[in-house]
Amino acid sequence: MTNRRQFLKDVAKGLVAVGAGALAPRFTLGGEDLSVATPGLPSGTLDESILHALPGKQPLIKRAFRPPNYETPVEYFNEPFTRNDAFFVRYHLSNIPEVSTAEWKLEVGGDSVERPLTLSYDDLTKGFEQVDIAALCLCSGNRRGLSEPHVPGIEWAYGAMGNARWKGVRLRDVLAKAGVKKDALEVVLDGTDSPVLSTTPDFVKSLPVWKALDENTLLAFEMNGGPLPHWNGFPVRLVVPGWTATYWTKHVASVQVVSQPFKGFWVNTAYRIPRGKFPVVERFLSQESEASTPITEMVVCSLITNIKNGQRFRFGQRVEVKGIAWDGGYGMQVVEVSTDGGRSWRPADLGRDYGRFSWRQWSYAFKADRKGAHAVMAKATNRMGSSQTFDLIFNPAGYHNNVVQKIDVHVA
Amino acid sequence: MRKLILSTLLLGSAALAGEDQVKLKEGPGKDLVVANCVMCHSLDYIPMNSVFLDRKGWEASVNKMVKVMGAPIPPEDVPKIQEYLVTQYGKK
Repeated sequence: MTNRRQFLKDVAKGLVAVGAGALAPRFTLGGEDLSVATPGLPSGTLDESILHALPGKQPLIKRAFRPPNYETPVEYFNEPFTRNDAFFVRYHLSNIPEVSTAEWKLEVGGDSVERPLTLSYDDLTKGFEQVDIAALCLCSGNRRGLSEPHVPGIEWAYGAMGNARWKGVRLRDVLAKAGVKKDALEVVLDGTDSPVLSTTPDFVKSLPVWKALDENTLLAFEMNGGPLPHWNGFPVRLVVPGWTATYWTKHVASVQVVSQPFKGFWVNTAYRIPRGKFPVVERFLSQESEASTPITEMVVCSLITNIKNGQRFRFGQRVEVKGIAWDGGYGMQVVEVSTDGGRSWRPADLGRDYGRFSWRQWSYAFKADRKGAHAVMAKATNRMGSSQTFDLIFNPAGYHNNVVQKIDVHVA
Repeated sequence: MRKLILSTLLLGSAALAGEDQVKLKEGPGKDLVVANCVMCHSLDYIPMNSVFLDRKGWEASVNKMVKVMGAPIPPEDVPKIQEYLVTQYGKK
């Protein structure tokens, strides 16, 4: 075997396209190096961090080959919307059949619907009003790999997220056709992906009925003007703006409206946070226990996208810091930037507002007042007055990591 | 490299492509780990989750695979698998 570390360095320099084969990169982001090895990740994660392309995708940072878990290099986040072929991929289970639109069907049922339905792809796309929304899809465990102490799971750095324009139909319109009874409590969603073994819990999620009936919750069949990539849920996935991606069921095939709390591993045990530890407004009350509650909306966060740790600048040079900021759908109030390690803060310029569920681009320019090391930081505050944290709010699953980022640059 | 590219071209169904490049550390129990774990997931899950789990952490991970994820690992192999993970990928 070639020396893995040297190999990784070559990958980072763009000297080799790992395993890309026929799918060699069609572009190289202006020839810039992609960030593959993020400081702060576990050592074993860094050893396994390579760029690798799934069919139809650009080379992304491979976290696990199977089930496929790939994150988007930060450099792609300098655009307002994330390319479909660079959009992150996250699966719990390895059986991911390709389903054509001709064979796809949606079963709508459960004890709390009046008239169970089966919809074809045409029924879904042509039978209901089509709507568009810009929304950030963010894995609950994004940045888990940066938790201190480290916690087990997919050791994501910053890239288990992507912003897209989604087109679809409202879930509530579909449910209205089936008739939602007064006793409806939760809506249970299942996709066509499944476990290898029948003994493994299938990835089935539920939503509180009020969230399923929210006008922004969509059954989406387009992403950024094109079909969903297979790895992002083709042909139809759920889009739950504001809530973490665990609820955005891919390849959705079944929607069941039920009157009792759903019992399933991925809701009752996984994707839970300690109660009362995070500043969230929207809660999933029918699934709360004494100690824990399902993760729901995203917490306020930001990311610097155009500057790397250790980057060098000339003294006197105007340095532009660019990034993105987001939350669970309340909207950005302010993004502040510090270039002195957090002693002083100045507001950044906010970019175009694509809607409260989209991330918001921002920028801030400065000239260093002295030579030497400068710590650049960014901190977002949303319209609820909620800000990012400086100290990690530790939780065993590594969710909701919104610690203020600090990037050290050198001015000489 | 040539081998990598070739395997990607040959394997149509995607998710498998490339995973043969994951090499676990040599040591007693490695064969059992490969035999039992690779059924459901690629082996990079192991080094990715290192080095930070101690003995308790790795034991809990394997127990979760058996009790929660339904991995049909013969009971007598469980401690051997745990020992390999603790020795090769555990926090000292």
